[in-house]
Amino acid sequence: MSASGQQKISVPARPGTRPALSLVLPVLVLAAGLGVWELVVQLNAIPPYVLPGPVLVLQTLFSDWDVLSQSLLTTLITTAEGFVAAALGGIALALVFNQSKWLEYALFPYAIVLQVTPVIAIAPLLLIYLPQQTAVVVCAWIVGFFPVLSNTALGLNSVDRNLLGLFQLYRASKLQTLRYLKLPAALPYILGGLRIAGGLSLIGAVVAEIAAGSAGAGSGLAYRIAESGYRLNIPRMFAALLLLSVAGIVIYAVLALFSYLVLRRWHESALGKDT
Amino acid sequence: MVDSVFSDLPSAAPDAAVTLDGVTKIYDSGVMAVGPLDLDVARGEFISLLGPSGCGKSTVLRLIAGLAAPTSGSIAVAQSAGVSRPDHRIGFVFQEPTLMPWTSVRENVGLPLKLAHRPAAEAQTKIDAALAQVGLSDFAERFPRELSGGMKMRVSLARALVTSPDILLMDEPFAALDEITRFRLNNDLLELWRSLRMTVIFVTHSVFESVYLSQRVLVMTARPGRLSAEIRVETEEPRGEAFRTSIAYADYCRRVSDALAPAYAGASAL
Repeated sequence: MSASGQQKISVPARPGTRPALSLVLPVLVLAAGLGVWELVVQLNAIPPYVLPGPVLVLQTLFSDWDVLSQSLLTTLITTAEGFVAAALGGIALALVFNQSKWLEYALFPYAIVLQVTPVIAIAPLLLIYLPQQTAVVVCAWIVGFFPVLSNTALGLNSVDRNLLGLFQLYRASKLQTLRYLKLPAALPYILGGLRIAGGLSLIGAVVAEIAAGSAGAGSGLAYRIAESGYRLNIPRMFAALLLLSVAGIVIYAVLALFSYLVLRRWHESALGKDT
Repeated sequence: MVDSVFSDLPSAAPDAAVTLDGVTKIYDSGVMAVGPLDLDVARGEFISLLGPSGCGKSTVLRLIAGLAAPTSGSIAVAQSAGVSRPDHRIGFVFQEPTLMPWTSVRENVGLPLKLAHRPAAEAQTKIDAALAQVGLSDFAERFPRELSGGMKMRVSLARALVTSPDILLMDEPFAALDEITRFRLNNDLLELWRSLRMTVIFVTHSVFESVYLSQRVLVMTARPGRLSAEIRVETEEPRGEAFRTSIAYADYCRRVSDALAPAYAGASAL
């Protein structure tokens, strides 16, 4: 996993293409897709326990809102806890690594091990040793934490050498260098890491919930999907899946907006093309 | 090999600002960048170090600033009576503006004071004064990206001046600027030098710039950098555009170019 912290927030329309087109086209594709889906279901009279149409999925979303919203809340709380832990842990560990090469050499390989081991394989183990809610949060933390760590580490190491020289010339303390130079310089990288971690925390939470669900406990959205699957309540599966997608999009959008607001005065990624 | 790096002050003239005695610098890779080099710079003097790219000019500045330690030899930087904090006697202007892009011009210029924990009120006064010196009083709240290349360099200069240094080290500061901007900054720099009575050590690879600015041009050889010639530029002060177009100026430029030629002949890369 390379630390690709520099995603564009918004892709500017190419010259000549109207921005409206880039909004209308995906919506048209969505509408067409849903239309065909509904049509196929209606014409072939496919039973809902095999494939529900989009209309039925929407109806289920509203009729089962009490159950689903409760599950959505559970999953979102888990995700948020995992994300905050990943953000704090990743940034803190990167700071520690930046101050001490010894600790970096000693610990960084294990951070990579955590990252490359599929979380779906770790989750069942965690569920054995930890209380269920803790295990789920830990899963969300495991997948979210590495991008924050590696992006922050990259940012802290990407400080302009001349600026470092300047701080050295004026006898800046380690703390001053960190506060006035390294952290601000690393901020775009950290925010990039956080944007990746937001989506990953949701994935981690879902994976852990699925694992917990197969053990017969849980209440999150992923658990709802697994449970509905056992009961052949396919419309509810789709409705829960829809909520998960929307949650992921909202998390990403919120973090992207946050990043934009923080960087808009100075960083290239948040500036328009003409500036 | 590190013998007597910060030893007693060498027996130089009492009004010497910077004295280098047999200084060499060998990088970890084994490359010998500088030396041996002897150099005396008098208080209030404006000298240029001129030489081909990679001859160790910048390394000499970094050694004087204390950003790197010499492999052998000694470097003495004179104490200044008027400056309370010894580390503030040196100002450094890098090849690039080297500004912090995330904060305003005011914050950038005030950085050295902030790092020294100076009181805010005193800092504001000094920042305003430094900005006025470089003609950027109206741009204090701008961000670096909103400024032109020349203005960024002025901010960098203001930051170096804000601690009232008595030695100003400049590492090819105007190399990336267009000629008109460069001429204007040359003139402004000369004016600042005259009014502030600083010692300036100016690194450049431009013959014309070195002659225009300095009282003494020191020509360096290709790596490892040593002094190969010294040309004193004596003309009417203050210098101005009239000097730039004078015959005497052209004459000095030819002499400096001739002195520089062997250094380039020796550089195998060219």
